[in-house]
Amino acid sequence: MTTSNINGRDTLVDADPATPILWALRDTLGMTGTKFGCGAAQCGACTVHLDGVAIRSCVTPMSEAVGKKLTTIEAIGGDKVGKAVQNAWVAHDVAQCGYCQSGQVMSATALLKGNKKPSDADIDAAMAGNICRCGTYARVRSAIHAAAATLA
Amino acid sequence: MHFDSDLQDLASLLPKGMLARAERAQGATKSGVDEGLARRSFLKLSVASGFALGVFPQSALAQEGKQAGPAALKPFDQPGAFVHIAPDGTVTVTINRLEFGQGVLTALPMILAEELDADWSKVRAVHGDADPAYVDPAFGMHLTGGSGSIKRSYTQYRELGARTRAMLVSAAASQWNVDAASLRTENGRVLRADGQSIAYGDLADAAMKAPVPHEVALKDAKNFRLIGKATNRLDAAAKSTGTQSFGMDMQLPGMLTAVVVHPPVFGARLTSVDDSAARAIAGVKAVIRMPTDRGGEGIAVVAQGYWAAKLGRDALKLVWDTSAVEKVDSVAQLASYQALSKKTGLVHFKADVSALAKAPKKISAEFTFPYLAHAPMEPLNCTVHVTGQGADAKATLWLGTQMPGFDAMAASKVLGIAPKYIKINVQMAGGGFGRRAVPTADYVVEACTVSKMAMAAGLNDPIRVMWSREDDIKGGYYRPMHVHRAEIGFDAKGKVLAWDHVVVGQSIAQGTPFESFMIKDGIDNTALEGMRDPYDVPMRLSVHHPKVNLPVLWWRSVGSTHTAYVMETLVDEIARATQQDPVAYRMQLMGDKHPRHKAALMLAVEQSGYGKRKLPKGRAWGVAVHESFDTVVAYVAEASVTKGVPKLHAVTAGVHCNLAVNPRTVEAQVQGAALMGLGTCLPGAAITLKDGVVQQKNFDDYVVARMPDMPRITVHIVPSAEPPTGMGEPGLPPLAPAFANAIAKLTGKTPRALPFKLT
Repeated sequence: MTTSNINGRDTLVDADPATPILWALRDTLGMTGTKFGCGAAQCGACTVHLDGVAIRSCVTPMSEAVGKKLTTIEAIGGDKVGKAVQNAWVAHDVAQCGYCQSGQVMSATALLKGNKKPSDADIDAAMAGNICRCGTYARVRSAIHAAAATLA
Repeated sequence: MHFDSDLQDLASLLPKGMLARAERAQGATKSGVDEGLARRSFLKLSVASGFALGVFPQSALAQEGKQAGPAALKPFDQPGAFVHIAPDGTVTVTINRLEFGQGVLTALPMILAEELDADWSKVRAVHGDADPAYVDPAFGMHLTGGSGSIKRSYTQYRELGARTRAMLVSAAASQWNVDAASLRTENGRVLRADGQSIAYGDLADAAMKAPVPHEVALKDAKNFRLIGKATNRLDAAAKSTGTQSFGMDMQLPGMLTAVVVHPPVFGARLTSVDDSAARAIAGVKAVIRMPTDRGGEGIAVVAQGYWAAKLGRDALKLVWDTSAVEKVDSVAQLASYQALSKKTGLVHFKADVSALAKAPKKISAEFTFPYLAHAPMEPLNCTVHVTGQGADAKATLWLGTQMPGFDAMAASKVLGIAPKYIKINVQMAGGGFGRRAVPTADYVVEACTVSKMAMAAGLNDPIRVMWSREDDIKGGYYRPMHVHRAEIGFDAKGKVLAWDHVVVGQSIAQGTPFESFMIKDGIDNTALEGMRDPYDVPMRLSVHHPKVNLPVLWWRSVGSTHTAYVMETLVDEIARATQQDPVAYRMQLMGDKHPRHKAALMLAVEQSGYGKRKLPKGRAWGVAVHESFDTVVAYVAEASVTKGVPKLHAVTAGVHCNLAVNPRTVEAQVQGAALMGLGTCLPGAAITLKDGVVQQKNFDDYVVARMPDMPRITVHIVPSAEPPTGMGEPGLPPLAPAFANAIAKLTGKTPRALPFKLT
């Protein structure tokens, strides 16, 4: 049993504190927007924000989130930057199969929160941990630039 | 379990012509092609599998008796199974394919909505199931594959839209008591000459009771408003906000999650099991010893949620007996393939190669390609719920699948429930690339086995069987490893005098229900497709299909993943060896044939600035063109090599897919397939085995392309009004050879292996 602020609400999570945040979200709370891709912090599909920092929820236990703010794909649209990223994602038709895109959106949002006008090299560095097997990277890149422009 | 043989009887139900080549011979871009065959096949399938009238009362089968005309329309021609118009005007189109990235959830509704004159802003789409209405009209089976969704359903969906429109017009004509011919349609409304109009939503009930017309006039392409227009994906918003549900996201009351330990060597069995620690894990409900794929054994851990199941699995103490199964070793396997490649195999193309001995110039080359895992981002999963007992038992399955009809048959066999009581709910899939089209239905059989054995253990709740990434990377069904050997003799002008070519690789179709019509004279065409074409060279082509204890499968673009590389690097090498421009040489080889190849290649050449634009120092051009699944893609690549490390900077694509239904999706598919092709070049993109055990486990040691690998890619489409061909796969094959040809130009040496070996 742990308590965290999840998407703006203090939430009691009925899971062992050693359970990775990913499984507490998906299986305990039924929030399936955050995806399981590798279970080893290799693919980024499970990316969420912990106190504003992008983390891999598949390897981070709930104990790390006690008393902290967790933000997931379900709520990132309530954030100005997150909303701009999602709008750009839709306008640029980034998604193909779409399975990795929750993680891509969360990583891109974290990037733009810390860097208002990222270069291609900044994007490479920030997004290298998010695998997309469909190969949507070209549109991920243009959508990030577009989102940055709308926020400027 | 002997599932393969159990499924053999299905082979007789499948149509001939599953091969891309056979299909090409039929000219399958038109509907109606081979309809007799398809319809016969459908009838057989529907009877034999028990998908009888009335099981799916919502489907078009119920309408079949209502129409006028000489013969009944088939279920896949019935609007009732594909179009639903709500009172508010929302048009819901059912797609007969799996959406797993390629964009059919948008393109098929576009095609239907075009002829329907629907208001596109009110069009939605949903997946079909294993109902007979949703078979591929050309093949008579449920299939998403061979880049054929648009190609083989283009006319079908146009006719469905046109029939629906005619029924709406007929309903409006009755209501107004006017001649239907005096009415027209636009943007979701029927209009009459005086300016009055009725919305489709207000006519739908009456329209769906109207007779279904047989013959419908289709629009002239010049009047298209949707087809050919770059259109946003219908699933873009859901997939950008986390609201899109995938198979993995199934949530049912009481649902349990299971993970399965697969044998470390394919087909191995258990010697001893100590599950005491696993059973002690909180949330673990059952630990079940079960049969697995290829005669092996495994253990299912059924628990509340994935994490408990995973902890339970980690706590198992298992001892395996691998003595009875072949243990593949990649080093030894390569040596044996190399030895085989020096002997002529089963001959596919005949040619006199005696000129090799005296040819003034020669190339002798050996190529190697490894096993590749598909590694779709959504790991495999399948949820099964069985209700009722004995003769009343019914099963519902939820999964992303490219062959739901096949899976229903497989589920029926395992569960002992008649096919008509098996319901397959096709779920949005997070990629697949072929891994969700499995002739043995491996992950469906596994999930049904878990479900059946869990019920025997007293667990009647729905069970979601999930694969971890490790299960996926180690789980087999790989793109087969291949060795190619080529001996080419040519003259100073590059005229090929003789080309002796041997391919070594496992057959994909062998031992599956597809064998009877995909293998001819012992030769599996999936290993050879893409060889020789489009070059008229005197090639003797032969093949060896060794049997290996490792399941293999089609992997995005199948044979062309290696044949394009071999063909396009060798042709380039002949051009360089004879001081000819590689583009000019290809154009000369193609002569006055292959207009689509030439158009795609020249478009890429023009748009890239090839030969005209000066490249930065240290960079070179590389070119390749290849046809797969009836679509031609040409790439002009710009690459460099720094300290032995190749880098792809830019790619210009020329694409000939006939009419591009949604150019925005065509662009995305080319970008994505190119990147996947690039991924096959990256060191670490290989599955290897030692003592029968797969050496890779996750994305740390099985390398795939990432954001920094992404080159700049621009996509250009050759204008065409011909019926569309597919786009899911053809963008992949020419990427690696185009990149390799640029490397060869810089270093003087063509990489002869994928992935590239760094020097």
